[in-house]
Amino acid sequence: MWCKVLLIDMIKDKRSQNRSKVNQNSDTYEKAFEAAIKFSRVVQNIKADFKKNKLIYSMALPVLCYYIIFHYAPLYGAIIAFKEYTPGRGIWDSPWVGFRQFTAFFNSYYFARVMKNTFLISVYELCFGFPAPIIFALMLNEVKNKYFKGTVQTIVYLPHFISLVVVCGLIKAFTDSNGIINDIIVLFGGTESSLLLNPALFKPIYVLSGVWQEIGWGAIIYLAALSAIDPQLYEAAKLDGAGRFKQVVHVTIPGIAPTVVILLIMRMGRMLNVGFEKIILLYNPAIYETSEVISSYVYKVGLQQFNWSFSTAVGLFNSVINFMLLILSNKISRLLNDVSLW
Amino acid sequence: MNKKRPSEILFDGFNVCFLVLFSVICFYPMYYVAVASLSNSSMFLAHRGLLLKPLGFSTNAYSMVFRNPMIVQGYLNTGFIIIVGVTLNLLMTALGAYVLSRNGVLLKNLIMKIIIFTMFFSGGLIPTYLLVRGIGLYNKIWALILPNAISTFNLIIMRTGFMAIPISLDESARIDGANDYRILFRIILPLSMPVIAVLLLYYSVAHWNSWFSAMIYLRERSLYPIQLILREILIANSTEAMLGDSSDVAQIGETVKYATIIVTTLPILFVYPFLQRHFIKGIMIGALKG
Repeated sequence: MWCKVLLIDMIKDKRSQNRSKVNQNSDTYEKAFEAAIKFSRVVQNIKADFKKNKLIYSMALPVLCYYIIFHYAPLYGAIIAFKEYTPGRGIWDSPWVGFRQFTAFFNSYYFARVMKNTFLISVYELCFGFPAPIIFALMLNEVKNKYFKGTVQTIVYLPHFISLVVVCGLIKAFTDSNGIINDIIVLFGGTESSLLLNPALFKPIYVLSGVWQEIGWGAIIYLAALSAIDPQLYEAAKLDGAGRFKQVVHVTIPGIAPTVVILLIMRMGRMLNVGFEKIILLYNPAIYETSEVISSYVYKVGLQQFNWSFSTAVGLFNSVINFMLLILSNKISRLLNDVSLW
Repeated sequence: MNKKRPSEILFDGFNVCFLVLFSVICFYPMYYVAVASLSNSSMFLAHRGLLLKPLGFSTNAYSMVFRNPMIVQGYLNTGFIIIVGVTLNLLMTALGAYVLSRNGVLLKNLIMKIIIFTMFFSGGLIPTYLLVRGIGLYNKIWALILPNAISTFNLIIMRTGFMAIPISLDESARIDGANDYRILFRIILPLSMPVIAVLLLYYSVAHWNSWFSAMIYLRERSLYPIQLILREILIANSTEAMLGDSSDVAQIGETVKYATIIVTTLPILFVYPFLQRHFIKGIMIGALKG
């Protein structure tokens, strides 16, 4: 059936095309004329708009300048990923080399390592860092005493306000061979060792300290979603004989599910987007093998070894992947929830 | 109805215990640092295990920290960056948000697209670094201020705040002869104080925490912000940075480290419970945007 309809349509199209060929010349003139009128109208509109809103545009000017200089100029600078950049010759005059920097990265010994570490850290953060605030919010929501609730909240938000440098300093001091964590390990009959020198422990330390720092803060949005749940639903559940646990499963969790789904999808869009600041504060040569991620590798190769073009290529590769993941997750979110970032 | 079943009591009991335990885990590290910083350094070094109160009492570490010229200088630099930086941040963000919240501006959508795009795609670390060097900001404190003049996320928060103000207000002002600048500074901004407060906090915290740009753009140590000094003391374990010029008693090092953390973190931790409300408001406004 479908094919037939399509075929008939195509035939009709052909016929009308043939007919229009006769008048084609006058048609094009007409079209050009219309376009010219349209264009002049647009120009007029823009002129009128500039006159009316000139002050608004004068306000937009510094903002646009900022974005062009500090965001779009680096985008132009990113073309050195396709060149062999040397500071002496500048961005434009350095010779083009095509995709050589990219293939060099893909073939390098570090490619598998940084991809694996970036991916694994993302996955661990998704598995532990994502559900932790939800569970915490659910537990806090079950507490009826306002003062207890407030105190717990205030304390658990605390680590969020400690600067990253200090947090990493604490991690370093506590995981040191005579640090407090080792003291506790010894207490339970273990042997002490410098935990940050053990490659197997870097990812757990990184992820758990992240959970520690952000669990309370991450819970805020869920607590808001929880407080928006209609209390009548709980009353109804109670009348139906649901205990507290049943109420959580059948009222609370469905109530925050939409928020969770949206945040999860947005989180997926940031997969492989592992920041370098915490990594380069924590790592040391003994554990490069398990701690080097794409962004920290960009920093090391670019700003410590001055391999400008290569490191720009690695960074660009990461940006492109992140961008594609974001678009993908946004599409999914739009399909499922009708919610999107743009 | 109000009588609790045994299972519910158990449920509540577990829940409360867990939350208390959790609070302790979040709180204890800071407490440990405070206690350690007040301890006698040799006793502290010999000690193993948890600390509940200072081991011997000594404020040596603190006098060491306050005698360190680098820390004082770092505080001053960070203060400058925050005052100048946040003023610029708020001004630029307000201008951008005003433009993007007006109706009937023909190129508004284009400007919006230009801005939003930068949130999702950037040239990357190296091109930005080359640019900052290229425009002559290397080794200048402005390298920490100008490239961060606007955070797009905060711009969107402020725009949401501006759009909540009834349009009739600025229409009537316009009839009274006020131009856009007057409307922004005399009507919109005074009415958006809650949003301004939120962004003031967000921007200040961002400047306070930032250390990486300082590390890559600044060469002169006298320009270093406090976080970069902290990095030397805490991460690179440099005793030179820790003790300043006076190179006596290296063994005091450990407690000096903790005292430094307290000196640089306590101000924020004291202020923040009072500001918590505003921070949370910011999260909610940001979330509404979607």
